Amino acid sequence: MPDLTRDQRIALYRYMRTTRLVEEKLVALYRQGKIVGGLYRCLGQEATAVGSAFALSKGDVIGPLIRNLGSVLVMGFSPRDVFAQHMGKATAPSKGKDGNLHLGRPEEGVVSAISMLGALIPVMAGIALGARMRRQPLVAMTYIGDGGTSTGPFHEGMNLAGVQKLPLVVVAENNGWAYSTPFRKQTAARSLADRATAYGIPADSVDGNDVLAVLAACRRAVARARAGEGPSLVEAVTYRMKGHAEHDNQEYVPKQELEAWIRRDPIEAYARVLQETGAATREELAAIDREISAGVERDADLADRDPFPAGERALEGVYATALRTPAEVAAVRDAP
Amino acid sequence: MTPVAAGARPSTTYVEAIREGILEEMERDERVFLLGEDIGVYGGAFKVTEGLLARFGEERVLDTPLSETAIVGAAVGAAMMGMRPVAEMQFADFFSCAFDMITNFAAKSRYRTGVAVPLVVRGPSGGGVHGGPFHSQNPEAYFAHTPGLKIVQPATAGDAKGLIKAAIRDDDPVLFFEHKFLYRRVRDVLPEGDHVVPIGTAAVRRRGRDLSILTYGAMVWTALDAAATLESEGIDAEIVDLRTLFPLDEETILESVGRTNRAIVVHEATRTGGIGAEVAAVLAERCFESLDAPVVRVTAPDTPVPFSPPLEEHFLPNAEKICRAARALTGY
Repeated sequence: MPDLTRDQRIALYRYMRTTRLVEEKLVALYRQGKIVGGLYRCLGQEATAVGSAFALSKGDVIGPLIRNLGSVLVMGFSPRDVFAQHMGKATAPSKGKDGNLHLGRPEEGVVSAISMLGALIPVMAGIALGARMRRQPLVAMTYIGDGGTSTGPFHEGMNLAGVQKLPLVVVAENNGWAYSTPFRKQTAARSLADRATAYGIPADSVDGNDVLAVLAACRRAVARARAGEGPSLVEAVTYRMKGHAEHDNQEYVPKQELEAWIRRDPIEAYARVLQETGAATREELAAIDREISAGVERDADLADRDPFPAGERALEGVYATALRTPAEVAAVRDAP
Repeated sequence: MTPVAAGARPSTTYVEAIREGILEEMERDERVFLLGEDIGVYGGAFKVTEGLLARFGEERVLDTPLSETAIVGAAVGAAMMGMRPVAEMQFADFFSCAFDMITNFAAKSRYRTGVAVPLVVRGPSGGGVHGGPFHSQNPEAYFAHTPGLKIVQPATAGDAKGLIKAAIRDDDPVLFFEHKFLYRRVRDVLPEGDHVVPIGTAAVRRRGRDLSILTYGAMVWTALDAAATLESEGIDAEIVDLRTLFPLDEETILESVGRTNRAIVVHEATRTGGIGAEVAAVLAERCFESLDAPVVRVTAPDTPVPFSPPLEEHFLPNAEKICRAARALTGY
């Protein structure tokens, strides 16, 4: 069991519960038609995102994917940021230019993913490389799913990180499904951990629904990276409890499999650990839940009342210096 | 081919000029570093980076695995950390191996997140050396269609130096296409001092009254050959070297065609959806009333670049094809 203060134990719970409650609110907003585009959930995977990001220190950089709402909360994003982003509001971290979990503030250590899976691996390797050249002793952490490990960029990035012994931690979330494609159709490898072997990168495989196990494994990987011993992969074996996105009823998922994993809910499991170890009583956890819930409602309401960006802002920010002013663009466009 | 005559001061080849530009920027700014395949110990497949490993060490001249996506991806990450990476693709044909990193990560980063990715991806493009379908391509138009990128291709040694320096200093991602046919065939006496050619500016290579030939890369020299022939026939051609393919220097294009009233766009890349189509559209939109004849294109046909010499010769634009177009246009 990792060495943690009581406050840290409670913090892990709070981040996981916040993830769950923010998502439940997002679903409600989605049904009200207030979410722009799709809604990608991480139900059942909260422990992996929170436990891994919790292993980082100030100054480290993370590159989260769409199942990593918990990671961005650990890195300091507020529920309001998350709601505003999903609603396409001007106050969102991307100012409405990008959506859903593509949350980024590189200057605060969060690199925003693109939708092409695997792409973050070489980019985060580059973060680690650039940091080493700038003599900044940071660790870069990023994520990949079972589907993403089949992409070329995953392999190219892992290989470069291995060769250069970069301070990179790759959390491979094996949640059983890539959209509708099961693990057995994704790879003939026995595990995602095996994939790392090809690049001389040590790998651990842990129960991704056990936040303390994820944290312990990621702390070991982060310590290796910080000591200059190079990259690691941590496979978190977990399960995607919902479809790929909210529109997907996951009818392709075997019922018994889903039911078995429902009994392994990571938040309920951790709540039991907190009670059994005397870190918190059931009543204390219930009070925390109520407090988080009130905050989530407040943030959702604030985001809902935030303004949308003005349409012409679409033209801004492509280049450091605008090639043409919006007026010039309009003059050319509207010329006879 | 019309090499620039060497002057009193020693002249520099196109390939040396690129190297000199990179070297000066590495000396000026310690954030500048190079990464790519075989660029360090070997000095690069075309020796563009020869000698730089010895001068700057292996941290700043990084030999990488054979992984274009990893090279450009790592450059994106390093740029986010405040570095100024210059990534080499061994051939411009291989830019496509890193297409996502260039068009989806680097190009969109500032727009999506407000964080710039100032990097240069450079490599040799172009034919005329019998490299076949995968070592001769001119892929610039794929990338000109991606907002967020800037694209340059120098035709002269002076521009090769001045544009690589501007590309490295630019705060946005720049694709720097070198024409491999020119590496050791053209030379210039380089201006002394800090020679930077601003991105987004075209250059008039030859003043003329009768028509404008708008082109770039090795075709600038082919167009100059054509202009010499045309002059003997009484046709006075102006040649505009675009130099930057995105953003186009529309003012210089319009000023030239506004005077000559006729335009031929020439490029070595294939025809459909090429840079020439965009130049023709700019002329149609902004210069229609000045035109005395249709805008015509002299380009490679819509085929892959063939390997065998007679096939490639047939494929590439040449001075004779440009002259034919010019005669037709002046007689329109």
